[in-house]
Amino acid sequence: MQRLLPHPLLTVLLTLIWLLLSNSIALGQLVLGMLLGWAIPFFALPFWPDKVKVHKPLTLLKFTYILLHDIVEANFIVAARILGNPAKLRPAFIVVPIDLDSDFAMSILANTTCLTPGSLSALLAPDRKSILVHAMDVEDEEAFIRTIKTRYEQPLKEIFEE
Amino acid sequence: MNTLLEILLSVLIVAGALFTFIGSLGLARLRDFYTRLHGPTKGTTLGVGCLLIASAIFFSTRDEGISLHEGLITLFLFITAPISAHLLAKAALHLKVESLVPLPDEAIERKNKQHQQYHSLD
Amino acid sequence: MIAIAIHIAFVLVSAALALNFWRLLKGPSAPDRILALDTLYINTIALLVLFGIHIGSALYFEAALLIALMGFVGTVAMCKYLLRGDIIE
Repeated sequence: MQRLLPHPLLTVLLTLIWLLLSNSIALGQLVLGMLLGWAIPFFALPFWPDKVKVHKPLTLLKFTYILLHDIVEANFIVAARILGNPAKLRPAFIVVPIDLDSDFAMSILANTTCLTPGSLSALLAPDRKSILVHAMDVEDEEAFIRTIKTRYEQPLKEIFEE
Repeated sequence: MNTLLEILLSVLIVAGALFTFIGSLGLARLRDFYTRLHGPTKGTTLGVGCLLIASAIFFSTRDEGISLHEGLITLFLFITAPISAHLLAKAALHLKVESLVPLPDEAIERKNKQHQQYHSLD
Repeated sequence: MIAIAIHIAFVLVSAALALNFWRLLKGPSAPDRILALDTLYINTIALLVLFGIHIGSALYFEAALLIALMGFVGTVAMCKYLLRGDIIE
């Protein structure tokens, strides 16, 4: 079972994506989608050495909601900054320490910082203990780091580790 | 098609186009590469997302039945936009592209050292 | 009403494409030009989707999806070239 179906979640996801792509829920498409959903994780197994486990699905839902909310909010903030006076912006490079172990959680955190207000992850330290973030307009670096740590890192740690 | 739906679609289309435009305006207007990177990654992604949602609603409410495959492009853009932004920032730091604020030299040096190690392996 | 909204959107997206093109020509650095290309392809997706709504045909979806895929691969390839001086190692 474990060997034949290495990533059940990925299989479901791929089937859904295939159905979306073919834009129908005919039986034939469903079977083909399930076949692809099984075959792709099976043959791509060497690229997925770590198992992704979701410990708290509810926290994941809450995190997704926060993320969507922040993406929309970020757009309004960035739009206001672009339309405002560019000379007034205070951009900065900030090193944000992180203590996530799993690669998957880390890449999600990096992607999250890219989509949320005025920040952009630029570099991951070789020891995986910090990321370099470029912020568009910061007043208080401490507060900025604290926001990333409590708002995004803490839920991710709860969901994918523990 | 009723009026309420038409208003919703119109608002989504105009909002999407406006965000796309503002993102590109940021690309043209801001003063250094790293701040310019913010406009397209956020504004344009959400703008195109809005347009795609409008398109999905538009085709779903017509006769041919539900059409959700626009969601696929939205999902794809939301996953890839941060990755390309991250890679561009990395490339710019590697080339030491000018910035308004001092570049974090220490981080760059570490990166270059890692780069040399990487190349000495092969 | 949707027709008017689509025409406004066409103007805005075309202006966005012109701005991207200006940044592509002006530079000044290589990452700037790649970023301009990246934004150019995302805006092209917007234009295609708008055109699809305008003529009421879902035919352009595949084109938009392909541009999204190929544009991303192109951006990644160019960034890797800048980072390593090599694309396939």
